[in-house]
Amino acid sequence: MDTTTPVIQIKGLRDGLLVVLTGEVWEEQRASLIAQLDEKQSFFQGARMTLDVGSQVLGVTELVELRDLLSERGISLWAVLSESPKTEKSAQLLGLATRISKRRPEENRHAAVEDLGDETALFLNRTLRSGTRVEFAGHVVVFGDVNPGAEVIAEGNVIVWGRVRGLVHAGAKGNRKAVICALDLSATQLRIADQISAILKPHSDPYPEIASINPDGHLQSERWPIG
Amino acid sequence: MSAQVITVTSGKGGVGKTTTVANLAIALAADGRKVVCIDGDIGLRNLDVVMGLENRIVYDIVDVIEGRCRLRQAMIRDKHFQELYLIPAAQTRDKNAVSPSDMTRVCDELRPDHDFIIIDSPAGIERGFRNAIAAADRVLVITNPEVSAVRDADRVVGILEAEEKYAPALILNRLNPTMVKNHDMLSAEDVLDLLAIKLIGIVPEDEGVIVGSNRGTPVALEPKSRAGEAFRHIAKRLQGQDVPFMDLDKQSGLWDRIQRMAGRK
Repeated sequence: MDTTTPVIQIKGLRDGLLVVLTGEVWEEQRASLIAQLDEKQSFFQGARMTLDVGSQVLGVTELVELRDLLSERGISLWAVLSESPKTEKSAQLLGLATRISKRRPEENRHAAVEDLGDETALFLNRTLRSGTRVEFAGHVVVFGDVNPGAEVIAEGNVIVWGRVRGLVHAGAKGNRKAVICALDLSATQLRIADQISAILKPHSDPYPEIASINPDGHLQSERWPIG
Repeated sequence: MSAQVITVTSGKGGVGKTTTVANLAIALAADGRKVVCIDGDIGLRNLDVVMGLENRIVYDIVDVIEGRCRLRQAMIRDKHFQELYLIPAAQTRDKNAVSPSDMTRVCDELRPDHDFIIIDSPAGIERGFRNAIAAADRVLVITNPEVSAVRDADRVVGILEAEEKYAPALILNRLNPTMVKNHDMLSAEDVLDLLAIKLIGIVPEDEGVIVGSNRGTPVALEPKSRAGEAFRHIAKRLQGQDVPFMDLDKQSGLWDRIQRMAGRK
């Protein structure tokens, strides 16, 4: 066993520090991280930290504990990188970033129109509250409401089995054939591809609707035809 | 005896957190409970003013945490009740003077000798809010029937739910039944529909609340005040009693419906 390998590595990034955890046992990783931080307190004071936890599976409780430990040392945890979907989800629930953006805005602008032959969808079995942002490179299905202040950005279609009162953007990479369906579309703003609509008013008597881009190129919504 | 730690928070400022803390503390103390309030708004303290204890402050919570005094020395006894204490915030420091584990330590030290510890959270969702909820057993989210306040409450509820540790309950403060009837204000139903959490009380708009805050005599002491009655009812519910919701508007069946909604999870 190679005992010389450090359990953690610390690198500088453009906007903060990247800490890469190796090893297997979470308690050990955490302890050695905290030990390192305490050793060089003044250096870390006020730092923005991105943590790469590798394949470690972490729940919300573990991340909250760690964030509190870091915050006591004046370090703000803002992103957690992980190979584990569960850890990523925990981080997202806490409002932490799960990837470090490489700023390449031009990539978004001329993204090709994707065909939706790909049938992957993200299923969210909860209400999205204010401050939640969900981005997905496929379809998104929300089993719950999208509250004001929440955002759903999908490259494909967005189906909400509930009320949409926040922002929904379907076909975010330019697919004008994308649609948004919901049991009640009283959104503050809907977007499909490059079209934006802010005309939607709260319905006193909600009914299921589908929003799409009509042949004239405008975003419109209509009652969902049943039967 | 081990105290229950209750944090009162809202996201948005000015919705009535401090007033609620003062009134619930008074109402619980009036029921014979041993209560400590902690002002968690370091740097912008005002719970002491609302409770009328401003001129008695010698030490504050930062003094306790930094070891300049013992916990007991920072506890100010209330004017009205022997078993009600306030631990004030520091006015000249900021939120970084306190950490979540400091708050937990202070609360753990208080737990054995009291029934309720009520923490007044600062507005926002940053450090001060983190400190305030660190030790909480339950969290009361305060909102007003206003779109902006409800949105901030929704954000706070989302954060609390993500941490799976707290059972947030809602207090709807400053509801004006006449304005609701004229469709000039969100109704309790509208708010509950969006937030979808347990309702623990509705406090009607009442001018007496402002007068009471300025005088340092919270309305929970006024037997005739409607808002005071609402706070007393919430205090009873915190003690595990089942108190029916007040009928704020006797003409319509709206409140019956709210009561039903409050019963649902």
